[in-house]
Amino acid sequence: MTFATVEDVLAKYEPTFGLETHVELNTKSKMFCGCSTDFGGEPNTRTCPTCLGLPGALPAVNALAIESTIKIGLALNCSIATWCRFARKNYFYPDMPKNFQTSQYDEPLCFDGYLDVEVDGVTHRVGIERVHMEEDTGKNTHVGGATGRIHGADYSLVDFNRAGIPLIEIVTKPVPGTGALAPEVAKAYVTALRDILRTLGVSDVRMEQGSLRCDVNTSLAPLGATEWGTRTETKNVNSLRSVERAVRSEMIRQAGLLDAGQRILQETRHFQETTGETRPGRSKEEATDYRHFPELDLVPVAPAPEWVEQIRANLPELPAARRARLVESLGVSADDLQQMSNAGVVELVGETVEAGAPVAEARNWWQGYLTQQANAKEVETAELNITPAHVARVIALVADGTLSTALARQAVDGVLETGDDVDAVIAAKGLKKVSDTGALEAAADAAIAADPDAAQKIRDGKVAAVGALVGQVMKATRGQADAAAVREILLRKLGQA
Amino acid sequence: MTDLIRLTAAETAAKVATGEVSAVEVAQAHLDRIAEVDGGEHGGVHAFLHVDTDGALAAAKAIDGKRAAGEELGPLAGVPLAMKDVVVTRGLPTTSGSKILQGWIPPYDATITTRIKDAGIVMLGKTNMDEFAMGSSTENSAYGPTRNPWDQTKIPGGSSGGSSAAVAAFEAPLSIGTDTGGSIRQPAAVTGIVGHKPTYGAVSRYGLIAFSSSLDQAGPFARTVLDTALLYEAIAGHDPLDSTSLDVPVAPVVAAAREGANGDLAGVKVGVIRELGGEGYEPGVTAAFEAAVATLKGLGAEIVEVSCHSFDYALAAYYLIAPSECSSNLARFDAVRYGLRVGDDGNNSLEDVMSLTREAGFGPEVKRRIMIGTYALSSGYYDAYYGQAQKVRRLIADDFNKAFAQVDVLVSPTAPTVAFGIGEVLDPLTMYKNDLATLPASLAGVPAISVPAGLSEGLPVGLQIIAPTLQDDRCFKVAAAFESASPFPEIPS
Repeated sequence: MTFATVEDVLAKYEPTFGLETHVELNTKSKMFCGCSTDFGGEPNTRTCPTCLGLPGALPAVNALAIESTIKIGLALNCSIATWCRFARKNYFYPDMPKNFQTSQYDEPLCFDGYLDVEVDGVTHRVGIERVHMEEDTGKNTHVGGATGRIHGADYSLVDFNRAGIPLIEIVTKPVPGTGALAPEVAKAYVTALRDILRTLGVSDVRMEQGSLRCDVNTSLAPLGATEWGTRTETKNVNSLRSVERAVRSEMIRQAGLLDAGQRILQETRHFQETTGETRPGRSKEEATDYRHFPELDLVPVAPAPEWVEQIRANLPELPAARRARLVESLGVSADDLQQMSNAGVVELVGETVEAGAPVAEARNWWQGYLTQQANAKEVETAELNITPAHVARVIALVADGTLSTALARQAVDGVLETGDDVDAVIAAKGLKKVSDTGALEAAADAAIAADPDAAQKIRDGKVAAVGALVGQVMKATRGQADAAAVREILLRKLGQA
Repeated sequence: MTDLIRLTAAETAAKVATGEVSAVEVAQAHLDRIAEVDGGEHGGVHAFLHVDTDGALAAAKAIDGKRAAGEELGPLAGVPLAMKDVVVTRGLPTTSGSKILQGWIPPYDATITTRIKDAGIVMLGKTNMDEFAMGSSTENSAYGPTRNPWDQTKIPGGSSGGSSAAVAAFEAPLSIGTDTGGSIRQPAAVTGIVGHKPTYGAVSRYGLIAFSSSLDQAGPFARTVLDTALLYEAIAGHDPLDSTSLDVPVAPVVAAAREGANGDLAGVKVGVIRELGGEGYEPGVTAAFEAAVATLKGLGAEIVEVSCHSFDYALAAYYLIAPSECSSNLARFDAVRYGLRVGDDGNNSLEDVMSLTREAGFGPEVKRRIMIGTYALSSGYYDAYYGQAQKVRRLIADDFNKAFAQVDVLVSPTAPTVAFGIGEVLDPLTMYKNDLATLPASLAGVPAISVPAGLSEGLPVGLQIIAPTLQDDRCFKVAAAFESASPFPEIPS
């Protein structure tokens, strides 16, 4: 049979997934030399003898990278090694200056942790196998040829600016037992991991720039089987949504093969953003022997237990704890919380309230206007270019009468565009209620003169007709007048006040 | 003027400091000597691969200028030096004795290059060596062999044979070598000069083209123990660019050399290593060694015999560890960024160009070791080969620890034979046996020095003195005492 949905698959197979996540640290200098890690820059300008692999050059470990890795390990409930080494992973490739990658192999700095993630109110524990350090490679550009790949290219260019940037690899244990939720749990894990890394301040965690990259391992086993199925490794998964799609697509593809009596090849596959499917890459069965052995140019990393405890004590409040605290301080009902959670705005509302706004107003903005804006832009609400502090300021300015609702939205639009302070946006756009009575009086007279029928109705006692005239005045003042004040002026002028 | 080449480094520095001679005169005398005796691939000593006449004279002129300006000069300022071509020198060709690096001009200086320049030492040029420091005779150089000044039909030792020959031939009073399994000590022994392999980590490896990272160590050559000590103090000391560099005070080897020169070894306990002698050692070498031990005893040292059983496995362990590490260290020579590029004609793939370049650029011994090392590290063999060799290495270190609990220094012949004929040893295993006596100290990372200990069949024999980790000064004290009682044989000019 063919499998159209994950639910079809689950009738016969049990999925297991695992994730290998690469995170570029945001240290100022590279992992083993003093070169800058800034993104971009003219090719090969952020290089030195060490990261170019020149004869004789040696590495020296960036201590901040070690500290960042320990922070990540602690945040993921890992044990921290008291002694571990770097290793060399040997293979030839032109973006590898030394033709070996300095990495960690069987002695990771952090190991054996977990991360709890929540999907639909249920907590799933994702085991963390290891968190280890390595260096990034350079970047090849293959020029000419049809595919943009090395085969068939006229020539290739190598940029070593990225070579040696600290990379952290976070490897989960296989995650079984999530059933139909497997794709969502996988996405929730990467989301939670991203939030932790952002909170720790150790990485920019920008998937679109490649500072957070995921490889997704997926396998299926017949229901009741005692062994894992053969797994595939899907690369090129460059967004949170793609994580979910990649797991789903592999489950459906593998189920189709298994049902047709075919076997799954253990291979690397590439996720196709446009189709949501995976395509085969190189086969793991013919993979190179990396001949790992200890990196003897570096001394072992042996973090003192006291130092580790000091790092633990100074960790910032992590997202899960912050969320629990915010929920408590919000004091909302379980239903309301679920709504906010579904909209992905619990923390945003909580922080807006912490910044001084009333709960109702904060929810109103985040679940209303801002969620609409996010949907229009096809991003997560949390990814909007506006912070809880911004929103709290807008709410305060409405409360004290400085901004009308219409002006407040214009102010928010300005922040979304520029990221500037609310007050700076107001100043730049000239968003002030018109309180110049003379100007309002004139605008009211003009509106009355322009619509004599409506004016007469009001004079005759049909007060409801004033809405049309208020609208005219507001239009004339580009929304900057206080609608209530305008209404009062109009009614007075037409003998109804 | 030719007398200037016969001075010790200490004497030269003193004369330059007082203005009795200029550094330029000293440099020119040595450049003249090089022009006279060094020849090239087809004749002469052929110690140098590259002579930097302009750079040497400019550096010497700068020293003279400093002196004229009344600036304080270092203890070796104005003394010429020959640099092994494995050490990276900014703006000067650096080939590591290999065709694969022909034409490469490094854009940076090794830490020891910087320290030598800072000390006002005048670098004359780069010396010949076995390709990537793999060999014991300098015959593995891609640029032709170096010839032993004692007998130009003989090898000068290796891999630092250019550096040992340059000093022995009075082309330079000082030179730098590197020692991975004996590449300073054995050339010193067979050319009748002093060579010191420091404690692993005492001298920065930053800018040494790596052969075997856990074994490579740079060190000094000179014709006297004091000169050797002076050069060691100029290059040693912590370097943040080399993570394996030890952050400890430099061993006071100059003071130790001066103290030892008094010829008093009373209270010093010297261990003769049973395993480094006897079978496999030439009778003339054994006789010279026994005479040397008698001399030490005559200076007041207490002589005891010690046994280090694990040393019998040093050769096997070394020839797994060093090739394994080199197979990875030499992977960077791939035609992409620097050096030789073969077959880049638009028809060959990237992999083809890499293969063709490595095929053409590496000599047979280098290829042999890359293949052995690649095999030893491969999946399924790692534990049996590399892993087992590391265990042997720990046993050797344990044996040294036990021995040094009993004695202050250990002694042995530096090499089992005197210099053999160029082209005489063709079998790699026979060649590897040259390192029998020097390998244990390399594997344990302990310091050792070779000093001249007389002649056998008219060719020099070396005495190896080994000390515990970071006690390099003990090597120098005993070496200087021995030197005082056993004047080194006059090197033929």
